[in-house]
Amino acid sequence: MTNFYRDNDDLKFHLNHPFMKRVAELKERNYKICEKENFGKDNIEPNEYKPGSFEDALDNYDSVLEITGDIAGDLIAPNAESVDAEGPELINNRVHYAKGTVENLKALRQARLTGVTQPRKYGGLNFPTTVYSMMIEMVSRADASLMNLFGLQDIGETVKEFASEEMKAKYIPKFASGEATGAMILTEPDAGSDLQAVQLKAHWDEKSNLWRLNGVKRFITNGNAELSLVLARTEEGTKDGRGLSMLMYERDDTVQIRRIENKMGIHGSPTCEMVFKNSPAHLIGKRKFGLIKYVMSLMNGARLGVSGQAIGISEAAYREALKYAQERAQFGKKINQFAPVYEILTDMKVKIAALRTLYYETSRFVDVYKALEEIELERELTTEEKNELKQFKRRADFYTPLVKGLSSEACNRITYDAIQIHGGTGFTKDFPVERLYRDARITSIYEGTTQLQVVAAIKGVTSGLFTEMIDEYASRKVSYDLEFMRKDLQSMKKEYLTSIEIVEKQNDQEYLDFHARRLVEMAGNLVMGHLLVLDATRDARFKLTAEVFIKKAKAENTDKALVIKEIEAEFINNYKELTKLP
Amino acid sequence: MAFRIIVLAKQVPDTRNVGEDAMKSDGTVNRAALPAIYNPEDLNALEQALQIKDRILDTEIIIITMGPPRAADIIRESMYRDADRGYLITDKRFAGADTLATSYVISKAIEKIGNYDLIISGRQAIDGDTAQVGPQTAEKLNLPQITYAEEIITCEKGKIKVKRRLERGIEIVESTLPALVTVHGSADPCRPKNSKLFMKYKHAKTQTELQTIDDDYINQTIKNKSYLHIDELSLDDLDCDPEKIGLLGSPTKVKKIDNVVLQGKDSKVIADKDADIKHLMNDLIKNHTLG
Repeated sequence: MTNFYRDNDDLKFHLNHPFMKRVAELKERNYKICEKENFGKDNIEPNEYKPGSFEDALDNYDSVLEITGDIAGDLIAPNAESVDAEGPELINNRVHYAKGTVENLKALRQARLTGVTQPRKYGGLNFPTTVYSMMIEMVSRADASLMNLFGLQDIGETVKEFASEEMKAKYIPKFASGEATGAMILTEPDAGSDLQAVQLKAHWDEKSNLWRLNGVKRFITNGNAELSLVLARTEEGTKDGRGLSMLMYERDDTVQIRRIENKMGIHGSPTCEMVFKNSPAHLIGKRKFGLIKYVMSLMNGARLGVSGQAIGISEAAYREALKYAQERAQFGKKINQFAPVYEILTDMKVKIAALRTLYYETSRFVDVYKALEEIELERELTTEEKNELKQFKRRADFYTPLVKGLSSEACNRITYDAIQIHGGTGFTKDFPVERLYRDARITSIYEGTTQLQVVAAIKGVTSGLFTEMIDEYASRKVSYDLEFMRKDLQSMKKEYLTSIEIVEKQNDQEYLDFHARRLVEMAGNLVMGHLLVLDATRDARFKLTAEVFIKKAKAENTDKALVIKEIEAEFINNYKELTKLP
Repeated sequence: MAFRIIVLAKQVPDTRNVGEDAMKSDGTVNRAALPAIYNPEDLNALEQALQIKDRILDTEIIIITMGPPRAADIIRESMYRDADRGYLITDKRFAGADTLATSYVISKAIEKIGNYDLIISGRQAIDGDTAQVGPQTAEKLNLPQITYAEEIITCEKGKIKVKRRLERGIEIVESTLPALVTVHGSADPCRPKNSKLFMKYKHAKTQTELQTIDDDYINQTIKNKSYLHIDELSLDDLDCDPEKIGLLGSPTKVKKIDNVVLQGKDSKVIADKDADIKHLMNDLIKNHTLG
């Protein structure tokens, strides 16, 4: 009887964020939506389950999170060990999930947690991304590998945003009812981080009035899904991203699954290599927009999901480490009473709180712009709304890579430390921390490596958006006893501005690239510090968390500022020189 | 042709956390002292009904529960999992009923509902642990009964095939319908609540509950939507003999309740020798711990 929602007050704290009122109001069109159409597969009319007020909506979110927490704590978590040991299997060109994965997916489907953010007319719950993000965190805490399958409902999100009405009515209800799982089929053997190099060919088949796909895809999560979005080259002779389009492929027998990768972690999630042979597909949205528009949207959703995955894994690792340190005695004392151990534990907890507040802040930004984009499909937006959309999209586009980079790197550190606290036993398969450590590793690699998240986030850092954000946070009122932390944040900002000035003065892209990660991490610390102070204003239990976080963050930033100061533009040549030879 | 299943479910005190105040001075359970939950094996029973509904499209699942007004929770919990509707049998005059009086009232309610193909209940409730209400109800309705069901293998109009979990194995039996089946805890666990059904039915209320809501908006919403009405049955709605209900109709008297704590007693040290181990094995086989 473990409920991953009820046993973690931080989730409810973030659900009760004052801004959720605006989020829900947008998502529910001021509680005036009246859906006459119903493409949903269940025998439930959209109007039968729409909320009538903010309180009603919030109660729905809270209760459905509780349902999710039950499934995560009572079913998914106990299954995680066997899922990791068994993994999926390829039999007769079909992927068969581990037994536990099958059970987990069935429960999620029965609970209808399969079309969380989709409109009710397609059978979805019409919930905000923020609530969905909480589900991702809980599912990942229970079994990181399941998040990859659960999170693929994002495919439906891309269909909702860009496909024709006809396509939407055809495909989204299948996701929402759980009848179909999804896959996003982008990567190829020679097109990983650089998706412009995608070669899989799509040609128009006059006879059958369909597109046909030919080529090889690799590292495809859930490659054997019923419905897949495929990035393919529709424009013959082109070489870059402008020749790529997005197509919907429905599972049939034309695709050969060559193998399931034998991975280090997230064993429950099948990663496939697949060969398309004249496979039929339907164009989604407009030709040539595949990479430049649709993949970016798909990718941003997935990056937010991986952030939740990283935070979920971190939460699981922290709880395991804490429990062990409270029980294990050495030298006549419980080990959590030794300074080197409690420092680690506290840093874990504080890091998680900091990343979590950034994660839900990002989710709310995503909610506002996505809801406005949805509204834009129904009617013309007012100038005010248009500005709001633009502003929040900009913020979301900055925070998404920021939180993905920071949370995945922290997750690796936290799971590493969780094993350290377990000592030798943590290195055995007898405790779950070794699985968490293996599962953590992918989070800083897929959906764009940390290095690429830095590339995406640095624009926000250098463009002035970052300072605009922290100034806005700093202008909000906090209680008197928290003001001293604001002073620390003020001096951190000053130091940061000096660092950025040093880098920008050079006007040298390579020099900026060299220090970009440091600058992004410094900015991240400032954002999280400000957010924690605001959290502490809402709930005093975050005061100590904020204090500890800012203390360490300040020292970390000074460290980085020093490196930036010391390693000048000419000096980076030494870095190139030294690795020319082994 | 519609298929109608009646599921008998009970709200029980969570006896997994029994304290000293678990029993009242009259020997009945002090329900106020313990959190109220859906009786675990009744959830197994509900799942069996839902699986039939998955297979037979035109299936209607009706929940019957008997208890105080707050037992309406059981009906809502069932509706969140796709039961269609339910009846709360509630009346102060039914209070203090033992299994005999309970099964009598339930059988009267079932007769009133009528037209059923199958009745499913949990094997027993965790408060009384008698396992009698199901079988007694079947007797009163003159129905065949299948107890200890682990799985309803096939079910169609007029015919059912059930796997029973017995102490030393399983048994597969067939019966005509209508019949009553009691479900064992080893059957499939109940599915989770369906989020959409939760949102649809969360405001479902009995007439009694409705009177306590002073929010006009919600009150009106509920009144306008018939699927949000939970039916209540009182003594006045049922054709009952007043002498067969409540305390008066209950010959069972509880003398006292003990909190039983199992403790290890004697221990025996076995030497690490083949002869000793063989001895132990023989003993274990003899007293049926093994084999």
